[in-house]
Amino acid sequence: MSSRSSRSRQSGGSGITEDQINDLVIKLQQLIPELRHRSSDKISAARVLQDTCNYIRSLHREVDDLSERLSDLLSTTDITSAQAAVIRNLLTQ
Amino acid sequence: MDNQKLSTNPTSLKTRFALRFIRSLTRIKMANTPVSSMGTLRKRSQTIKLAADCSMASAVGSKRSWSRSALLKIRSRARLHAFAKEKVVTKKKKKCNRRDVGEVVIQQEVMGANELRQIVPGGESMEFLNLLKETAHYIKCLNTQVEVMQNIVDLYSPST
Repeated sequence: MSSRSSRSRQSGGSGITEDQINDLVIKLQQLIPELRHRSSDKISAARVLQDTCNYIRSLHREVDDLSERLSDLLSTTDITSAQAAVIRNLLTQ
Repeated sequence: MDNQKLSTNPTSLKTRFALRFIRSLTRIKMANTPVSSMGTLRKRSQTIKLAADCSMASAVGSKRSWSRSALLKIRSRARLHAFAKEKVVTKKKKKCNRRDVGEVVIQQEVMGANELRQIVPGGESMEFLNLLKETAHYIKCLNTQVEVMQNIVDLYSPST
C-alpha cells in the first residue's frame, strides 16, 4: 500500500525512510482513543507523539488509581481463598 | 477491541499478567499487618502499583526492549531499597546526548520524540523506529494491565 516515496531520509547508514516512520505513526494513532476515529484527517506525527505521551500518562494515572483502590479492598477481602475464582472470572471476560 | 488478547488463550499476555499479579496481591496481603493509617495505605498502594508493573514486565519477559529495561530498573531499585530505605533514585532523567545522527535527530525532536523517550521504559537509548514499535507494544500492555486491574477491583468491590 505504501508506494516507496522517492524522498527517503538516509542518515548515517541507518536508512530510516519516511514511509517506515509514517507506518509506525499510523499504527500508534490507531491505539490512541482520541485519534483512532480520525484516520481520515491529516494528523501530524508530532501531534500523534504528543497525544501518545498524554495517553500513556493517563494510563499510568489509572494504574495509580486502581492500585489505591486495590489497597483499600485488600484489607477487607479474602483474596487468597478466591484466587481460582478470580482467575476463572478474568478469563471468561 | 483487544483482539490479540483473547481471554480463552491460557498463555495469553492477559492471563500471564493476571496470574502473576494475583499472586503478588496475595503475598502483599499476607505480608502486611492490618493497615490503619493513611501512610501505610499509601505505601501499600505504591507496592501494589509496583507489583502490577513488575508483573506486566515479567509477563512480557525479555522479548521487548521496554520490558527488559523495566525489569532492570525494578531489580536495581529493589537492591537500592534494601540498603538505603529512602534512597529510591529515579534514574529517568538521564540526559542522553548520544545522538550522533544529525538529520534524524532534528526530525525526531521536531516530532516530540524526546518526551516519549522519557515515558517509555528504556526509551532514552532506543533507536527511533524501535522507539515507535516499543511504544505501541507498551501501550497495548498498559491497556491489558488496566483492564485486569479494573476487573479485579470490580470483582471485590462491595456490590451495592
